[in-house]
Amino acid sequence: MTGVVSYLVFFACVVLILGIVTLGLNLQWGFTGLFNAGVAGFYAIGAFTHAILTAAPQPQYLGNFGLPWIVGVVAAMAATAAAAWLVGVLTIRLRGDYLAIASFGIAVSIQLVTLNWEALTGGSQGITRIPKPLAGVFDTPLAFNLWYLALLAAIVGALYVALERIVRSPWGRVLRAIREDEAAAIALGKSARRYRLEAFVLGSTMMGLAGALYASFIGFVSAFDFLPIVTFQVWAMLIVGGSGNNRGALLGTFVVWGIWTASGALVTKLVPPTYAAQGAAVQVILIGLLLVLTLLFRPQGLIGEEAVVSRHAKD
Amino acid sequence: MFARLSPTEPLLLVQGLAKSFGSLVAVDGVDLAVREGTITGLIGPNGAGKTTLFNLIAGTLAPSAGTIVFRGERIEGEPPDRIFRRGLARTFQIPRPFPQMTVLENLMLVPLAQSGERFWNNWLRPGAVAREERAARARAMEVLDFCALAEKAQTPAGQLSGGQLKLLELARVLMIEPKLILLDEPAAGVNPALIETLLERILALHRRGVTFFIIEHNMDVVMRACDPVVVMAQGRVIYAGSGEGARRDRRVLDAYFGDLPE
Ligand SMILES: Nc1ncnc2c1ncn2[C@@H]1O[C@H](COP(=O)(O)OP(=O)(O)OP(=O)(O)O)[C@@H](O)[C@H]1O
Ligand SMILES: [Mg+2]
Repeated sequence: MTGVVSYLVFFACVVLILGIVTLGLNLQWGFTGLFNAGVAGFYAIGAFTHAILTAAPQPQYLGNFGLPWIVGVVAAMAATAAAAWLVGVLTIRLRGDYLAIASFGIAVSIQLVTLNWEALTGGSQGITRIPKPLAGVFDTPLAFNLWYLALLAAIVGALYVALERIVRSPWGRVLRAIREDEAAAIALGKSARRYRLEAFVLGSTMMGLAGALYASFIGFVSAFDFLPIVTFQVWAMLIVGGSGNNRGALLGTFVVWGIWTASGALVTKLVPPTYAAQGAAVQVILIGLLLVLTLLFRPQGLIGEEAVVSRHAKD
Repeated sequence: MFARLSPTEPLLLVQGLAKSFGSLVAVDGVDLAVREGTITGLIGPNGAGKTTLFNLIAGTLAPSAGTIVFRGERIEGEPPDRIFRRGLARTFQIPRPFPQMTVLENLMLVPLAQSGERFWNNWLRPGAVAREERAARARAMEVLDFCALAEKAQTPAGQLSGGQLKLLELARVLMIEPKLILLDEPAAGVNPALIETLLERILALHRRGVTFFIIEHNMDVVMRACDPVVVMAQGRVIYAGSGEGARRDRRVLDAYFGDLPE
């Protein structure tokens, strides 16, 4: 019984962490029309920044500064924002598909760097001994996970409320206009480049925050946590749930991650270890199938886009 | 300080303006002036380069050569958003609404330098943002009233008819007080009743001091509203003068009907 409860709590924590990533992508794609194909990269920057700053010192590592949790979280967001700003400045002024290719390339490069710069990131060993916030107070795994779940729920709740507010603000209205017809928005005096950059940086910063929260939840990160498959999963979450809808983004995260973990458990049970690689491929195929079915039969996603209207333009 | 406009200097002055697409010369050394307080017409056969000329003036396309002076300042090559903020607005030949946004929101988007367009102001100065939003809404409702679209305020713009979309194009740019409005075929595809509304509105704005530069194929509209009339053919200006004069001009007739027998 406690086994099931702890598992569900753990599962809920991961859903909320990934939910933050999906909300970030929704700001970029759902509300602004920015094709970020490098989600995993920004998530990784957040996770590794946090890990490098907060992990307990070890002689063989350059980083592992043992700094407080909150410093790691803030720095993770700052580092991701800086990286996104750089990517944005270099690519957003160019065509839309350019951003997709560039962000994908950057995510792959980040993954390779984290895999190979052993002194900083631990290479394939990753970084261990990342402190968990208030682990001294909540000293059993279940107690800690429950506390962390409450913390995540508060963060996701606050982000959700803030996002709902901002997409209905004049700022959000410009984003929606750019998504619907960029040329018309520019002809009406809006500097599309500025807004695209802002949305890109903000959405990516949320991914960086999620990375930090992930690192300090699991206590361990490695380059293998940030393969391109993560980007694919997050996109699937957004499309399945309903892009342009923050509730849809969260629901999609729950559904896709649920199917991913359930199929993963089944595969480990049913498939002999020698076929583990094929088993993992089955998981990817399942999510791909779900994505294709959604696009074919319910392109608006489970919830679908809601008509977002500025607060002061309502009836 | 400010570049002052001498009484004789036109509001918009285009000189030697050219644009090529590969080997096609769409605009071929155009000189023209739009004087303040006029409704200047621009006519010419299909493919004459009229829309391309508008795209150059509005900054949508960068010219291959030539200069554009608006209110005494060179603007050629500037991005469209900056040119709009200077008070030079344009509408599109094929309307470009924000289809999923309501008609009201299509208008509330437009005012310049809204506090709430800055991300942080929505958190740090919500009172100021709310005040401006209420003002923008009131202004939008006035403009919608003026453009006979008030009933559609809460309708998604994508559901408007073709004629209503033309009115929406005009309504949006009226949210600021443009000095010069470029209208690209405002009457095309609009039913006769709405054309009358549209024409009335243009004339009313003109009386309030707005200058217009209008591409139009509907000769009735051109003759009733425009003076002077500029005629383009094959990327060049072939006539500039009164509408009546254009009807009798040999080159204009040739451009429209092919070389006529003497
Ligand atoms: N982006 C472009 N790329 C290539 N050719 C173009 C482009 N835009 C316009 N043209 C060409 O330039 C020429 C002038 O086109 P333009 O749209 O300016 O004509 P117009 O006078 O507005 O015609 P209409 O009355 O049919 O609207 C045409 O031959 C057109 O095919
Ligand atoms: Mg045209």
